[in-house]
Amino acid sequence: MAKPVTLKELSKKEILFASGHRLCAGCGAPIIVKMVLLASDYPLIAANATGCLEVSSCISDYTAWKIPWIHNAFENAAATLSGVETMYRSLKKQGKIDKDIKFIAFGGDGGTYDIGLQSLSGAMERGHDMLYICYDNGAYMNTGIQRSSATPLGADTTTRPAGSVVPGKTEQRKNLTKIMAAHNIPYAAQASPSHWADLVRKVRKALDIPGPKFMNIISPCNRGWRSRTDDAIMLSRLAVETCYWPLYEIENGVTKITFKPREKKPIIDFLKPQGRFKHLFKPDAEDFLKRIQDDIDKEWERLQKEEACFSS
Amino acid sequence: MAKIVAVTGNEAVANALRQVNPDVCAAYPITPQTDMMQRFSGFVSDGKVKTEIILVESEHSSMSACVGASAAGGRVITATSSQGLALMNEILYIASGTRLPIVMPVVNRALSAPLNIHGDHSDAMGARDSGWIQLWSENAQEAYDNTIQAFRIAEHMDIRLPVMICLDGFIISHSIERIEYLEDEQVQNFVGEFKQLYPLLDLAHPVSYGPLILPDYYMEFRKAQAEVNTKVPEVVLDVAADFEKISGRKYGLFETYRLEDAEIGIVILNSAAGTTKDVIDEFRNKGIKAGLLKPRLYRPFPYVETGEALKHLKALCVLDRADSFGSSFSPVYMDIASSLYPYNDKPILINKIYGLGGRDYLPEHAEIVLNELIDIAETGNVKSYKEYIGVRE
Ligand SMILES: Cc1ncc(C[n+]2csc(CCOP(=O)(O)OP(=O)(O)O)c2C)c(N)n1
Ligand code: SF4
Ligand SMILES: [Mg+2]
Repeated sequence: MAKPVTLKELSKKEILFASGHRLCAGCGAPIIVKMVLLASDYPLIAANATGCLEVSSCISDYTAWKIPWIHNAFENAAATLSGVETMYRSLKKQGKIDKDIKFIAFGGDGGTYDIGLQSLSGAMERGHDMLYICYDNGAYMNTGIQRSSATPLGADTTTRPAGSVVPGKTEQRKNLTKIMAAHNIPYAAQASPSHWADLVRKVRKALDIPGPKFMNIISPCNRGWRSRTDDAIMLSRLAVETCYWPLYEIENGVTKITFKPREKKPIIDFLKPQGRFKHLFKPDAEDFLKRIQDDIDKEWERLQKEEACFSS
Repeated sequence: MAKIVAVTGNEAVANALRQVNPDVCAAYPITPQTDMMQRFSGFVSDGKVKTEIILVESEHSSMSACVGASAAGGRVITATSSQGLALMNEILYIASGTRLPIVMPVVNRALSAPLNIHGDHSDAMGARDSGWIQLWSENAQEAYDNTIQAFRIAEHMDIRLPVMICLDGFIISHSIERIEYLEDEQVQNFVGEFKQLYPLLDLAHPVSYGPLILPDYYMEFRKAQAEVNTKVPEVVLDVAADFEKISGRKYGLFETYRLEDAEIGIVILNSAAGTTKDVIDEFRNKGIKAGLLKPRLYRPFPYVETGEALKHLKALCVLDRADSFGSSFSPVYMDIASSLYPYNDKPILINKIYGLGGRDYLPEHAEIVLNELIDIAETGNVKSYKEYIGVRE
């Protein structure tokens, strides 16, 4: 059983992701990494896909990582970590290693939803004992805010800019958490840094489960979201409270929503503070805003029904 | 005691890999390699090796997993051909740049399009600048021997680079030959224990693999890598000398055949060298001084030694089983030309492309080339510097 999470306990632990990294001030990614590393009582080894987190955390001769860490390329964090984990099993079987080590991959949404999906799917299907964490900031941020399949409907990006005829992204986000759950892995979950205790608890639980696990964590990016540098936690909370980013887990096929907002906030509360949705607040964009709200309502309904199937 | 067997090239290499008994293997099917990794998987299933196998979903993941496994700290293998090698291309550079001693047999096959599963060298030629060491093999015996030596070369402390062992698709991978196996124990003693330098799995000494290196140091890093390459030939020769002690078989940076007193010569890689040697014997019987050079260590290319071995010839043809589209000549030709460039007296050099997509290389082809070289040596006249042979007009 995973231990209950207390701030007191976490505050006593060493932070394994050092300050001095070069991610933007107010970026969600390092907050998430710190929470994830704090959550584990096991020794960890991490793999990292190319992207903001990777290029900013290990610039020779400096590294922010106090745990063993490997970056290979953009689309292959899962395959790379599957190699590390397999060598661990081989050497353990041969009696050359005795410690219990846990393996975590970090990939951005581009490196996970898009170019790295095959590598991730393969690693999950093969059953490696690893936790893959996608920090989803909703675009290819490192290359300058290009559209990914995780970019939300209506968002302005540099490759799908909102213009006089195009209202930003015209497609819905890919539901990656659902896709990962469809691999019938023992654990898939969504988390948010705003709900840190929920996030830490989920990481802990995942690490205790043998086999492949996936977590999708919303990661505010003030550069790409065109928001203030001090609102990462506020925005990730609004993402949860508007049900844009529901917090739930699917454990052995059983869906459980881990946080239900007492009062579901309208999606505009999440969209408004972000410059990437600015064009949606012009008078003629009302229909589009309604479509965004409808999509979210539908998915939230579906998720609640899915949960209900298991609780009856 | 050596054991004499009749096996295919794939079977021989798979057996070498079994005898080395690596810690991790990543495998993905592609003709004509498929049956090599199938055989190795059989060894895993029967407990004949301690290897953990990763049955990846692509060659891109295969090389990616090899990088992770090798950095983690142990012996790592995979094998591929053609499209598979092309798909790995991005990660080949990461394996060599990270100085990971991964060993990979490459069963040479043509590249698409048009789709073709048969042997030529386009695949490995496309990877020749990837920073991998390449050892080329004429026959199953050489492929077996090169595979065993590859581990010692890759893992040598002066080097730590990945190695490809190239063998011709179908011609070698699928034909049965008589070969001599070493004893398992001999192979084990020869390759020895492998210790990774900064294993990722060493929790007491956490390391970061794969940093970003900006313009301030990138070039120093690359220069260091280039310097490592200069040390490879000596290590290859040292390993070959040790290998000769246990096998009685001699290996160098390249093989020369009746070359020392030759006036005309052919440079050719892999299986076609065998056919060419037969034809050279026929020409020698007629009193014509013909010889051959077959590169073995093709990357890094030992251009000084190669130039020395060829400079006395009057006329020389480089026969290549791949072209290099858009460049002047084919890949091996360009290397041979640059190895001869420093000499004032050097052979007239011509280039023929043969055997693409599994087109047979026949004794007549060698005869045509040798006759042309006789003519060039006598007259100094060259009809064509670069030509496809054995092709419909
Ligand atoms: C094969 C390949 N294609 C493209 C790139 C360029 N590239 C590097 S990082 C990146 C964006 C990463 O986006 P994401 O995974 O969402 O991470 P983020 O930077 O947003 O944190 C891209 C496109 C690359 N490195 N490799
Ligand atoms: S661009 Fe965005 S994701 Fe990248 S470091 Fe800055 S805030 Fe973080
Ligand atoms: Mg992103």
